[in-house]
Amino acid sequence: MSEMEKLYLIVPLAPLVGAIFAGLFGKLIGRTASHVVTILGVAVAFVASVVVFQDVQAGNSYNGSIYTWATAGDLRLELGFLIDKLTVMMMLVVTFVSLMVHIYTIGYMHADPGYQRFFSYISLFTFSMLMLVMSNNFVQLFFGWEAVGLVSYLLIGFWYTKSTAIYANLKAFLVNRVGDFGFLLGIGLIAAHTGSLDYATVFSKLPELSVKTISLFGDSAWPLLTVVCICLFVGAMGKSAQVPLHVWLPDSMEGPTPISALIHAATMVTAGIFMVTRMSPLFEVSETARAFVLVIGATTALFMGFLGIIQNDIKRVVAYSTLSQLGYMTVALGVSAYSAAVFHLMTHAFFKALLFLAAGSVIIGMHHEQDIRRMGGLWKRMPITWITSLIGSLALIGFPFMAGFFSKDSIIEAVAASHTLGAKYAYACVLIGVFVTAFYSFRMYFLVFHGRERFHAAHAEAHDDHGHGAHGGEVPHESPWVVWLPLVLLAVPSVVIGYLAIGPMLFGDWFGASIVVHEGNNALAHLEAHFTSAFGMAIHGFMTLPFALAMAGVATAAYFYLVKPEIPARIATAFGPVYRLLENKYYFDRFNEIVFAAGSRALGKVFWKAGDQAVIDGLLVNGTAKIIGGFAQIIRYFQTGHLYQYAFTIIIGVVVLLAFWGSRG
Amino acid sequence: MDFVMPDFRLAAPELFVAAMSLVILMVTSFAKSRARSAAFWLCEFTLLAAVFLTLFSGTVDRAQTFSGMYISDLLGGFLKAVVCLSVAVVLQYGRAYMADRKIDSPEYYILVLFAALGMMVLISASHFVSIYLGLELMSLALYALVAIDRDNPRSTEAGMKYFVLGALASGLLLYGMSMLYGATGSLQIHEISQRIYERSANDMVVVFGLVFVLVGIAFKLGVVPFHMWVPDVYHGAPTAVTLLVSSAPKIAAFAMAFRILVLGLFDLAEQWQMMLMLLAVGSIVLGNLAAVAQTNIKRMLAYSGISHMGFMLLGLMSGVVKGEGGTYAVNAYSSAMFYAVAYVMMTLAAFGMVILLSRAGFEAENVDDFKGLNQRSPWFAGMMLIVMFSMAGIPFFVGFFAKLSVLQAVVAAGNVSGQALYYWLAGLAVLMSAVGAYYYLRVVKVMYFDDAVDTSPLTATLGTRTLLSANALSIAAVGLLPNWLMQICAFTLLH
Repeated sequence: MSEMEKLYLIVPLAPLVGAIFAGLFGKLIGRTASHVVTILGVAVAFVASVVVFQDVQAGNSYNGSIYTWATAGDLRLELGFLIDKLTVMMMLVVTFVSLMVHIYTIGYMHADPGYQRFFSYISLFTFSMLMLVMSNNFVQLFFGWEAVGLVSYLLIGFWYTKSTAIYANLKAFLVNRVGDFGFLLGIGLIAAHTGSLDYATVFSKLPELSVKTISLFGDSAWPLLTVVCICLFVGAMGKSAQVPLHVWLPDSMEGPTPISALIHAATMVTAGIFMVTRMSPLFEVSETARAFVLVIGATTALFMGFLGIIQNDIKRVVAYSTLSQLGYMTVALGVSAYSAAVFHLMTHAFFKALLFLAAGSVIIGMHHEQDIRRMGGLWKRMPITWITSLIGSLALIGFPFMAGFFSKDSIIEAVAASHTLGAKYAYACVLIGVFVTAFYSFRMYFLVFHGRERFHAAHAEAHDDHGHGAHGGEVPHESPWVVWLPLVLLAVPSVVIGYLAIGPMLFGDWFGASIVVHEGNNALAHLEAHFTSAFGMAIHGFMTLPFALAMAGVATAAYFYLVKPEIPARIATAFGPVYRLLENKYYFDRFNEIVFAAGSRALGKVFWKAGDQAVIDGLLVNGTAKIIGGFAQIIRYFQTGHLYQYAFTIIIGVVVLLAFWGSRG
Repeated sequence: MDFVMPDFRLAAPELFVAAMSLVILMVTSFAKSRARSAAFWLCEFTLLAAVFLTLFSGTVDRAQTFSGMYISDLLGGFLKAVVCLSVAVVLQYGRAYMADRKIDSPEYYILVLFAALGMMVLISASHFVSIYLGLELMSLALYALVAIDRDNPRSTEAGMKYFVLGALASGLLLYGMSMLYGATGSLQIHEISQRIYERSANDMVVVFGLVFVLVGIAFKLGVVPFHMWVPDVYHGAPTAVTLLVSSAPKIAAFAMAFRILVLGLFDLAEQWQMMLMLLAVGSIVLGNLAAVAQTNIKRMLAYSGISHMGFMLLGLMSGVVKGEGGTYAVNAYSSAMFYAVAYVMMTLAAFGMVILLSRAGFEAENVDDFKGLNQRSPWFAGMMLIVMFSMAGIPFFVGFFAKLSVLQAVVAAGNVSGQALYYWLAGLAVLMSAVGAYYYLRVVKVMYFDDAVDTSPLTATLGTRTLLSANALSIAAVGLLPNWLMQICAFTLLH
């Protein structure tokens, strides 16, 4: 094993070691040792990732297997790494955000009895996510995919005595099963048609794959790769919360805030985006699949944004904003602008983690009050949180020079230039989405940090049940340094990363062969023609339609929530049906509960009553037992105890043997 | 015929046990007050010394003596060692039990020793006369032992039934032997084999002879339809005697079956294979089904023993395909031998547990007597759990590997012959094992999940407790490392 291979191994294994120590021996080694060991693990992973980054930057890449886990026939199940620029970017994002969240957790969870368990889980998550992004084959990808899902499940239900948390984690688990079912079908189809699960081998067989067809219903012939890509994308829809499999993400806010930042904003939910980007050679072949991706993404981007407008829980606003932004990334995938999608993934990871952690900081400051209607005027009480939140919000709405501007504008431009089916619809969605994003972001920002202080009245009734006894004082105050330091550290890339990275990532062929875009689909080529420098793009950004829309959104929010706070309620009454539609989240949950949940319960009941109780228990199990018992009684009847009958039996035996075999001699 | 001085050294173990039994007879006649204890210790010494002698005095190569009546080989040596060892265990388990019931007269010990001698002779016999001699020596001693509790009508009834049916079976066996003699002109097993091979024998008569000889063997093994005595005798005999009847004689009967059928009458393999199959299927089905209905644990173990013997026969008959042997045959025979040895280990421990729960004035013989054993003695509940799991064929206990190797042999025969019949046989055996699991696990269930009816403490001596624990633990140990016993079986069979 070469030096670099060892280094690659260290990256995922260091957090795993930390997770094992904190998880298995947490009670033994205590709280401080638990967070030291896990933070150390993630820090090692981060440093190693930086080293790998420099190595990759120098032009090296790696694709190889470290260990063969099992072979089934010709199918090899291996543990291997594919280290290229796409991977290393994900590694850096994951380890950096994870490190920030680890540090933040010291402050956020310090009074929680499950302190060690929490650290163990987030380190385990980091390990799983790294395994996912570093994989060079579908098996390891699926392993990481499921492992992050598992940790997500565990963390949403972290406060396992809270019934809403248990409901939420079960929901997340079940909805993700639907997605994983599709994902697994896709992997299965690939394995069946290529006999390999290795990325490189699969991609090398593309020419033969792209002409294959399979029949799904009756005799209709479907291009194999379209089916494969849609199946894989269904997996991505589950993990990256795209309509209609998005329903679990808002509920996942039941988990502690640090994991909302790490898992449900920055990293895990982007796994789907990453996976589709990895599979870009496959998706490039199928226009149908890309159109499907595009429509789903555009729908998510706009309609989930609408829902953000009416939320009053600070975390749920951010959650719906995450859904909407994931929609933007998916739209980029749909128009073959994979690098723009990944670029937005990266910038979003920083500013969304920042926004979530800032929300957590506000929650601490407010003594676990999460309703933004009971906040206000916090800017002078929590200055660091205020400034960093402002930065995060500006980045989110795509204010020029901020990170989000470069990525989001690129996506919008790419959609405008694309000819993919559904691109027009998507363009409308993403444009309106800009206004909506700005509106709900600044609605929250104004309600939390500006305006009248509304928390005095509310404070008496707001009481939390998971222990923040250490916080004294009646008024909100700035959080401890372990909480605000990550905010500051995340604010830096939220400002500069777009400016620094857009050149190489989007137009500099930085990703090289990691991402494959066919000539005809290259929507970014149009942008490239006009792109001179990041500075120029930002300056130009002040004169574009999206900027105007964003400013309009901010202004509307300011007018509604700072100048005339009574307007929103009036609008809600005036547009009653629309408001109710939004309030019920387009009735997705209701529909799922009535159709899928109740339906499967009814189906399960049929199987249980008819299949299990009647056939298996009644007929097979008890029936067999009864028959055997009956036989036993009959045999018992022959055991009379009379000697002459016993002797007679022997004679019968002799005669039988003689009759059968004597005659054959 | 000239008299040739036989090579006595080859028969040293038998001669030693015979001589010692006469010594013990004398000693107990004179040592009035300590006769019982002297008899016990002398018997134990004799048996353990015999184990030593069989293992270390025998020749590695096959050798005959007493004009071809007696054969000395590794197979016999190993099986005799197992027999002597298990009889020694039987004596230790049964000592307190017999004493509590005042039936531990010196004759008991002498009779047990004579039975052991009979088994040893039977194992080493290679001549119909010596086979019959050994068989009757063993059987007569067992008849008397079953009826030893002579004031107990159940015991005497059982002894009577055993004797009458055994006499009938002996008569049939003798009849078969005489037919074979008539057909081949010899009583020596190898000569008979030779004659039949040369086709100087009248086929019809030979097959008739085979049937009757087979009945004699089947009766001793207690397989269907010659099993009717088994439940009544196991039930009626004092438990210590049941322990003896159920264990070592099965080894001797296996040796007898192997020597007569495989070594002597292999040219009739096509015939006896089908007969054994019939007997095996009948035993496995009937034994397991009937055991389900039993509430008396001694009867339950009796029926379970019938099914186990059926399993063993299944292994024995798998060594033949279309009348031919092959390389796989060794596996089949050694699987049967492994099964017999494993069964003896398990049955000793099972009846040992029944004895353990009995005490002066109380006869533990119902499954219900095991209720709540876990509360009374978690350790022995655990031991019984091992025994029952092993009998049920749950991995990783010796009973599992015994069943597994037999099934492998059956399937191998199916693969070689290409006949689906073998697969059906294996399937049936597995299915019936599943039925069997029910009544074994029922014992486990009552031990752990029911409340104790009888709460008095266990009275067994330290020696019995230790030995019983060692017995049960060895079932687990051999189950974890089954290979060495399997290799011994294959090795001794090959020589």
